[in-house]
Amino acid sequence: MSTPVQEPERAVASVRPSALEALIRAREISLVILIVLLVAGTTSRHHDFLLSSDGWRELLRQPTILILIAVGEAMVIVTRNVDLSVGSVMGLSTYFAGWLFHHVDGIPIIVVVLATIVVGVLLGLVNGVLVAFLDVPALVITLGTLYAYRGIAVLWIGGDFIRPAWLPDAFRTLGVQGVLGVPVLLIVVLLVVALVGWFMTSRRQGRELYAMGSNPDAAVLYGLRTRRLTVLAFASSGGLAALAGIAYLAIYATGDSKVGSGFELQAVAAAVVGGVAIVGGSGTIWGVALGAFFLATISSALPVLGIPSLWQQAVVGALIVIAITLDRVLFLSRARAALAQRSHA
Amino acid sequence: MFKSFGAVAALVDALLVLEAGSIHALVGENGAGKSTLVKIIGGVHAPDSGEMLIDGEPVDFRSTTASKDAGVAVIYQEPTLFPDLSVAENIFAGRQPYTSYATIDRAEMRRATRELTERLGVRIDPDREARGLSIADQQTVEIAKAISLDARVLIMDEPTAALSGVEVDRLMGIARQLRDEGKGIIFISHRFDEVFALCDTVTVMRDGAFVSTDQTSAVTEDEIIRRMVGRSVGNLFPKQDTVIGEVVLEVQGLTSAGIFHDIDFTVRSGEIVCLAGLVGSGRTEIARAAFGVDGYDSGTVRISGRNVPRRSPAAAMKLGMGFVPEDRRKQGLAMTAGVQANITLAIRDSLSRFGFLSPRVESASAQTWASRLQVKTRSLDTQAVMLSGGNQQKVVLGKWLATKPTLLVVDEPTRGIDVGTKAEVHRLISELAATGVAVLMISSELPEVLGMADRILVVREGRLTAELDRSEATAETVMYAATHASGVTST
Repeated sequence: MSTPVQEPERAVASVRPSALEALIRAREISLVILIVLLVAGTTSRHHDFLLSSDGWRELLRQPTILILIAVGEAMVIVTRNVDLSVGSVMGLSTYFAGWLFHHVDGIPIIVVVLATIVVGVLLGLVNGVLVAFLDVPALVITLGTLYAYRGIAVLWIGGDFIRPAWLPDAFRTLGVQGVLGVPVLLIVVLLVVALVGWFMTSRRQGRELYAMGSNPDAAVLYGLRTRRLTVLAFASSGGLAALAGIAYLAIYATGDSKVGSGFELQAVAAAVVGGVAIVGGSGTIWGVALGAFFLATISSALPVLGIPSLWQQAVVGALIVIAITLDRVLFLSRARAALAQRSHA
Repeated sequence: MFKSFGAVAALVDALLVLEAGSIHALVGENGAGKSTLVKIIGGVHAPDSGEMLIDGEPVDFRSTTASKDAGVAVIYQEPTLFPDLSVAENIFAGRQPYTSYATIDRAEMRRATRELTERLGVRIDPDREARGLSIADQQTVEIAKAISLDARVLIMDEPTAALSGVEVDRLMGIARQLRDEGKGIIFISHRFDEVFALCDTVTVMRDGAFVSTDQTSAVTEDEIIRRMVGRSVGNLFPKQDTVIGEVVLEVQGLTSAGIFHDIDFTVRSGEIVCLAGLVGSGRTEIARAAFGVDGYDSGTVRISGRNVPRRSPAAAMKLGMGFVPEDRRKQGLAMTAGVQANITLAIRDSLSRFGFLSPRVESASAQTWASRLQVKTRSLDTQAVMLSGGNQQKVVLGKWLATKPTLLVVDEPTRGIDVGTKAEVHRLISELAATGVAVLMISSELPEVLGMADRILVVREGRLTAELDRSEATAETVMYAATHASGVTST
């Protein structure tokens, strides 16, 4: 379709943010700064927090669980849904992986990992199919499966728990080992984050997840396969929650029927702090990973600083409110800028 | 083809034949079924019966995806952009070009977007997010999207409504070019100059049914308008003669940038004044601003000589104003509450004593209005959602009548209501006027406007283009004023 190129009659400028605004808006940068400040501050009060091999390792490997689960949650929130069942999916997955190691002698680690992911994806599929085809809000469906999956876990596990002896040595060292001081677990998780991040920014379906959350009605009118996309988001979330369960097992080498309780809200919090709009449509996967890292680090720093555990929740709550307020203020200022520009045109 | 929504048939018998390499105009009054037909072709709604053929092959679009895959691109009236995505991604959503690394090729997408929008006469930064684009720019992006789909059938539902002259010219140029490439285009517009300048054939629809298809060269504008209106109106909606009294509502210089400009009018006691015009012309917005739901930039609204403050429906209600909104399900009723609670909603304060509402007093009041309006319901506790559209509307009317208003605004009072109940609603409004209430009515149905109104104010693109007295208004004069910049103004 080549056409004689005419000069456009009118140019619509883009809305360029101020330097400060751009900095605040790049959530990733502000989170990195916050994490550095938090770690530096805590370390100055308590040197072991960072400057011991245990402290260093703990600092880097312990957030991996929340990162995985939050990244999956973000894929769902981006579509203007929410997945409250991730904590329960994680709990089932942890025990399932431990159970496999215990009951199948010499089973390769990779088989256990893949089988556990399959379980997580299946549980996520149930969520996705119910949300997509029943036309019921995801909040309600996944609230139901939160309890249902936890119920299955309690029925199955009872008072039992995973014993370290069930796990092969190779798996247990996975949680401890490092390459040049960086835990292997963190490296694996960063690779997963990179993969999901790439999918969300550079693949059509990833962009369609954003499109759908940005304007669901338009997505239908435009002919996007919104049901399929919903199922995809929930299945991914389930798979990543299962992976988080495996990270938990690698780190703690134990687990009972309560593993993962309350993680669903932490995951939502991490996504929001990481810059994902709760109404869908925007936010980056790397931002979410940093948000999760930040929240997990706060949880481990506050006790070190001698702050009572009751206050820790208040701090996390305050952070969420600040993040949402900041998003809203920036959004309004941008909307005003766009309007002002238009009336000058 | 037949399509019904609930009890109301939106499309009775539509027939449209589109030839490749031609531009086909689809015209009709508001509610004639054009948009419903478009949505069926686009796969949004499924028809209840009838068939669709493309190149002689029967097709059955169960989803928008199916329609798109068959080569149909639709520009809907309502914008369908994704506000968080960039302009380029909006145009290429779901079919972004990939590089050889299986990654979205942003450079190529940007280039193609620039080419498309410049072809339409606008330079839009492909990377800016769609949020905050003006309506005209949104429309440009929609058109760019539809063109880039390279579809065999392109449907444009009022694409020019928000565009300026130059952009319209560009669009028409592109439409002709696509026609010459062998595409079939359906063009819906209320602007007859465009229809006659651009289109090869024109189909008229009325009341959900096919009326005629002609070569545009073989018909005149007057003829088309006559067919669009095409029925005898007169004794369908008898308005009682009333004593027209003092000015109740006085609107002066009401302006809201980009929505309506410099609106002046009055409504007197006992009078029914109709705001007529096409959907989107600004009628509802004017009424909402006067009632205080939306803000406005300048102008004054007075009721019985007293100023109505901006943005305060509560103050407007205190001054004796009532508002029956367009969308009774979303804005007019508490759908899951009972009939009684809905009727007494606006008068709870005056019914209650010392802050307590006695069930006996409430039910007595609700009973009075429900029987006066002949609401057909099993009991006063029946949820509003269970009632038929007509009875729901009576409940909304009852709610406002209970406040004993001096001015009642009714927006599309009979939309989606069957013919029998329609007459009842008309009778109620007419009786209301007879008791001295000033009524401002908004309606897209011409017969209703002509039958009910003492005076008709025609709105076109946010301006009043004509004021017609009952005696001089005809379907033709109203339609003409609604579609032409300089209407006939009298009185």
